[in-house]
Formats: sequence, structure tokens, C-alpha cells
Amino acid sequence: MSTFQIDFGESTSRIVGIDLGTTNSLVAVMDLTGPRILSGIVPSVVSVAESGDVIAGAEAREMLLTDPERTVYSVKRLMGRGVADIQEELKLFPFRVATGSDAVLQLQLGDRLFTPPEISGHILRKLKLDAEAALGEPVTQAVITVPAYFNDTQRQATKDAGRIAGLEVLRLVNEPTAAALAYGLDKRKQGIIAVYDFGGGTFDISILRLQDGIFEVLATNGDTHLGGDDIDNLLLKIALEDIAFEWGEDISGKNDAVQLLRRGVIDAKEQLSFVPASTIDLHYGPRRYRREITRELFDKLITPIVDRTLAPCRACIHDAGVTVEQIDEVVMVGGSTRIPLVRSAVENLFRSRPHTELNPDEVVALGAAVQAGILAGSVQDQLLLDVTPLSLGIETMGGLVSKLIHRNSTIPASATEQFTTGVDGQRNVLIHVVQGERELVKDCRSLARFDLKDIAPMPAGMARIEVRFLIDANGILSVTARDVRTGKEHSVEVKPSYGLTDDQVEAMILESFEKAEADFKERQVREARVESDTILAATEKARRNPAYDALTADERAAIERSVNELLVVYHGDDYLLIRSKIDQLNDATQSLAETMMNTAVSGALKGTKIDA
Amino acid sequence: MQFYQSLGVEPKLSLDPDDLKKRFYDQSRLWHPDRFSRSSAAQQQQALDMTALINDAFRTLRDPVARAEYFLKQNGMELSKEAPPELLEEVFDLNMALEELRGGDDSARPQLIDAQSRFESMRSQIDAALAESFANYDASQDPKILDDIRAALNRRRYVSNLLREVEKELNVHVSN
Repeated sequence: MSTFQIDFGESTSRIVGIDLGTTNSLVAVMDLTGPRILSGIVPSVVSVAESGDVIAGAEAREMLLTDPERTVYSVKRLMGRGVADIQEELKLFPFRVATGSDAVLQLQLGDRLFTPPEISGHILRKLKLDAEAALGEPVTQAVITVPAYFNDTQRQATKDAGRIAGLEVLRLVNEPTAAALAYGLDKRKQGIIAVYDFGGGTFDISILRLQDGIFEVLATNGDTHLGGDDIDNLLLKIALEDIAFEWGEDISGKNDAVQLLRRGVIDAKEQLSFVPASTIDLHYGPRRYRREITRELFDKLITPIVDRTLAPCRACIHDAGVTVEQIDEVVMVGGSTRIPLVRSAVENLFRSRPHTELNPDEVVALGAAVQAGILAGSVQDQLLLDVTPLSLGIETMGGLVSKLIHRNSTIPASATEQFTTGVDGQRNVLIHVVQGERELVKDCRSLARFDLKDIAPMPAGMARIEVRFLIDANGILSVTARDVRTGKEHSVEVKPSYGLTDDQVEAMILESFEKAEADFKERQVREARVESDTILAATEKARRNPAYDALTADERAAIERSVNELLVVYHGDDYLLIRSKIDQLNDATQSLAETMMNTAVSGALKGTKIDA
Repeated sequence: MQFYQSLGVEPKLSLDPDDLKKRFYDQSRLWHPDRFSRSSAAQQQQALDMTALINDAFRTLRDPVARAEYFLKQNGMELSKEAPPELLEEVFDLNMALEELRGGDDSARPQLIDAQSRFESMRSQIDAALAESFANYDASQDPKILDDIRAALNRRRYVSNLLREVEKELNVHVSN
């Protein structure tokens, strides 16, 4: 009896590429012919239904209008941040921060609390399920893109989100670099390119050298809190003031009205990329608000926002050590690059017409799939050499920063520093690690405090502990320490300044992973049963066909046996077993099916009248 | 000379930038963690360590100043941190002018712009002299040349710091 074996071992399953965007997310995979998008765009919106079910994607975006209190968007802005950093964000976005969120930021949706990585985890899980449905196999490994200018904490939070969704994140790849991979594969093999990536909530600029299949990032710069969102908020604020004046009523406290208006503002903004004037239109209850907005006015309003992208561009060109003339091409990525003012600003700065022929919404996901192909070994001739966007340093006397790894260093990168004790008999040395370009600790981003513990008591200055800082290919820091005298590895206790501890992530994974596994299995079982129903019904029907009687006794017995065996496993929950019995029945009925087909064809021909 | 070894180049002070880049790319292709994503944990760690070393090496060796500093340290020579005596008078005048500009006196500006171009030309002279010393040392291995290089590096760092200071002040106090 033949059984059908599917190897679901992790080493052979496919690695997907995911663009986890502020506004929209996408999943793609590498095929023999190149990268392809696996399913439609998934809006990066998460909602908790009355039933308590968590919904992500297009359905959740609709709930933003009906259930704004239970729905959240643009959560990427909160990834890896503490309550203190998001005060500006809170003025502009309807994030409902749970009380007592001092240590770890939590949002309230309905009566449930979620950390930003958990919310992103739900978006990732939706993408994972979509990918599994499209591929017909489990998806367990992924490459996820992040803004190039994301710091260590934001990267770590993204990796946590992947783990919570049941995905092993094999690599975080920078969004503009991913776009360059997709672009380079398609269009240009050699030269210097700039990628201008202006998305929903983040801005990145990267300059790369493409040579002999190597994509070497020369420099990167950006702003992780600048995007189309800011344009929406600006227009929204103006429209709200306008409405308050026209209606004599301030509706900014009414969440459903604000979300409806926000949708109207986004529509008007998007239209303005193609027509010289559009209208912000709001129907709220019996009332209606309409305001025409010309592109001229729009351009004037958003000029300050667009200008904020130019300083990072200039800094990036400088850091890359190239002149504007040496840059062969500028590639535009992200939905906000559809805005004509953005295009003309880029053209002015780089003195050449930017490339806009790639779909700016898809190119990052496609590039992530290429990187997944590189990791899987199916793409062999390309290699990405990326950089760390921010300098890494440690706090020294007087709150000053001593830089260990400079920004735009190719990663992986490492630095070693020796530490000693300042007091006789001192047992611990505390090391404060920061990220940023400023000279004072208070102006940089605190990453973590590392405690070197259990130092043998000795006179001050005698201890010699060598600490190695290593930034891996994901741009994430790890620290190891060694006692120089004894050569012994030293324990390093990490206290992340923001974000989740490993234990917290583990707990969240446990909760969601079990759920995700169960979900996948359940769906597979359901699908296998549906398939069984189909083949059983077809077999039942065929038994009444004269062709059935023409079979040999052995053939009929094989069919009977296969039907019975399928019925036995039908109600079990082993979908692989059900599938193997389906295949067995398929094999057993093959000659019957062929005979029936021939009869049907000849029967059909007999009935044909040929008109003279 | 671990940095030289990791890229497979002779430990020399003069290096051909194109050759160095080619070796960097070749070694990256061989060792990058992307090539080991499905290997054992031990192999992944080795790839990570090797790639970090290759990257650190290329970053250091491609820059003539960083390369020379590394070379000297590997030869057991500490870099000097003293102000070069021949520059002291210059520094004194410069600090006066910087103070004036900080105090809002724009008349110091021409003097600073003048100093800026003088330091720039000083730095390019040092760079040219360094390149010559590199070639001389590579040919003769004469340790006395390393002393000259050390002095030149010290002078260069000092001039660069002054230049940075001047540029910073000129940019902060933009003339109206």
C-alpha cells in the first residue's frame, strides 16, 4: 500500500519575506522565476471583537470606523519605545495607553491589554496564515524588514513580534536595502544607487554600491517618526478646526467621527497625486462637510514635512563619501513617494529624475523574499552588506559617551573594551550602553545596562575585564565579557532599558504559539475532510456506473478497502494520515476514472449531430 | 597583524584600495552569516565572528590613517597625545579668534576662514608625506621611519581637531 510522505522538516520549508509596514504589510516568497507577492495587502490594523477574538488586516480596518475604541493602527510607531518617548505621538494618534504602563508600554483594546510587539505579532500571524494558505504548507521561518534607521530596541521589538507570531525570524533586513535587492535583481547590476524610502510612518535614505552581485550599503540615515501619517494628521487637524468653525461643534473627541474624517482626508490626499484638486468629504450623522483642497495648497501645507527628509539625505550623501553626480540612480520606495512634491524635491536634491516604475508598495516585500532566497541558498550570486545606522557607545565619567562602533560600519561589527574596578574590593561593574550620535548620554538612546558581576575582590584598578560588543547581521547588539587574568567567561546580566525581557517574550510566545499551531492543524484537518467528502461522493457515484462492473475483482476490492480506510481516519485529527488515504483512494480509482472518461467522451461523440 | 591576515594581504603600510576591496568582497562571500543560516550553531557563530573580523579589518585598513595607527600599535608603539610644539603659537592665535567669534565679534571671521584653508593645506601635506613614508617603510623596513609616521599621525590628528573646531564655530555663527 503506498503512503504519501510529506517532509515538513524545518530545514526544507520555505522562508517567507515580510514587509511589516506602518500602514500596510505584505508577504512574499522566492520562486524559481523570482520573488512574488503571496497574497493581498494586509492593513496593519488590529482589532479585538466583542467576542474577544483578535482580528488583523482589512476586517480590522473596517472596525476602525465602527469600533475605534477596540482597534489600533500605526502601532509600528510604538515598537521598542517607552511611555516617556511617545508623548508627542499620543497627541496625534488615538493610542490608549493602559495605566501602569511605566515599565512596559501596553495598549488597551476593549478589556484586553497588548504590548506593541504583541499587536505586531497579530499582524504577522495573519500574514503567516495567508502565506500558509497560498503555499499549502506550514510557514515557520521569515525575513522581516525594518526601517534602516531603527535602533537596537526597535529591532529587538520586531524580532519579538515575529517570535510571538510563531515565526523564527532568520534575519531583519533594512527596508531600503530590501528594495535595492529587488531593484538590483531586476534593473541594474553595477553602480551607485540611492534609495529614498518614504512610507506611512518612517523615512529612510540609503546609498549603496552594487558591484559583482554585492550590495554594499555605504551609508544610511533617516527618521523613524516621519511619514504619510504626519501628512494625514496635519490635514486632519486643519479639517477638524474647519468643522468646529462651520458646525459650531468640536468633533475631535468623537472617535468614530475622527476616524471617518481621517479616511476622507487620506482619500483626498491620495487623489491629489493624480488630479490638481480633490475634496475632503465627511458624512457624519445628518451632517455633511465638504472642503476642496488644491494641490497648490496641499504642497504648501506639506512642504515642512517633505523638507524634513532632505537633511538626512544630505548627511547620507556626505557619510557615503560620494558626490551627487556619482549617484547613478535614485529609487523611490513607499506610498508617500507618489506625492508629486516629494518627487520634485528628490529630483532637485539629486539632480536626476527618480525611478518610480517599481510598485512602491510591493518592492520592499519582494526584496525581503530575495533575502529569504539568499538565506535558503536558492539565490547564490547576491550578497547584502548592510551597516548599522547609529553609533554605539558606553557611558563614561561625567555623562559623556565614548563611541565604540561608529554609525555606517558594515555589520556584523565588533569592538572590545577593557574595564576595571574603581574601588578596593569592588565586586560589580555597571556598564551603560547607548546608541546615538550626540556627545552626552542624556541625548542618546539608552539601550541597556550590563552588570559585570562576581568580580574577585582585589585592589582598585587591578581587575581586567574585557568586554566585547558585537552587532550582528540584524543590527542587534550582544555583549560578552571575559576576565583577562583567568580567561574565564564573565556573566553579563542585561537589563534592557525599554522593551520586553526574554521571560516576558517567552510567556507571550507560549500563549500564541500553541494557538497558532492548533489553528494551522485545525485548518489542515478541515481542508482534508472537505477533500475526502469530494472524493468519497465521486467514488459513490462511480460505483453506479457500468464501468465499475467492468473492473477486475482485485480492483474493486482495492477501492472498497481504500474507501473504508479513509472513513476510519476521517474523524481523526491527523491531516497527513487523511491525505495519505485520499491519495490511496485516488490511486485505486485511477483506472475506473479513465474508463469512465473514455466512455463519456465516446458517448458525447455519439450524440453529436453533424450538420451537412 | 590579524586584520591583514583576515583579508589575506601582506602586512604593508601602502595598500592598493581596489585590491583591498576585492579581497573584502571575496572574504565576505565566503564567510557572511547569510551563507550559514542553515548550518549548526557552532558554524553560525564562527561565521559571525569571522565576518565581524573581516568587516572591522576592512574598515581599518581602507583608511590610511586608521591603518597606520593599527600598524604602529601592532608594532608595540603607543600613539603620542602631546600637542606638537611647532603648532603652539598657531593654536594660541586661533583660540583668541575663536573666542572673539563666540563673543559675537564677526571681525574675527576672515582670520578663521584663513586658518581653515591653512589647516586644510597642512593636512594634505601631511597626507602626502605619510604616503611617501609608507612606501619608504615598506621598501626598507627601517624602524626610524615608524617614528616619523608616529609624529606625522599626531600632527595630523591635532590639525584635524583644530579644523573641526574652526568649522563648527564658522557654521554655528553664520554671518548675517
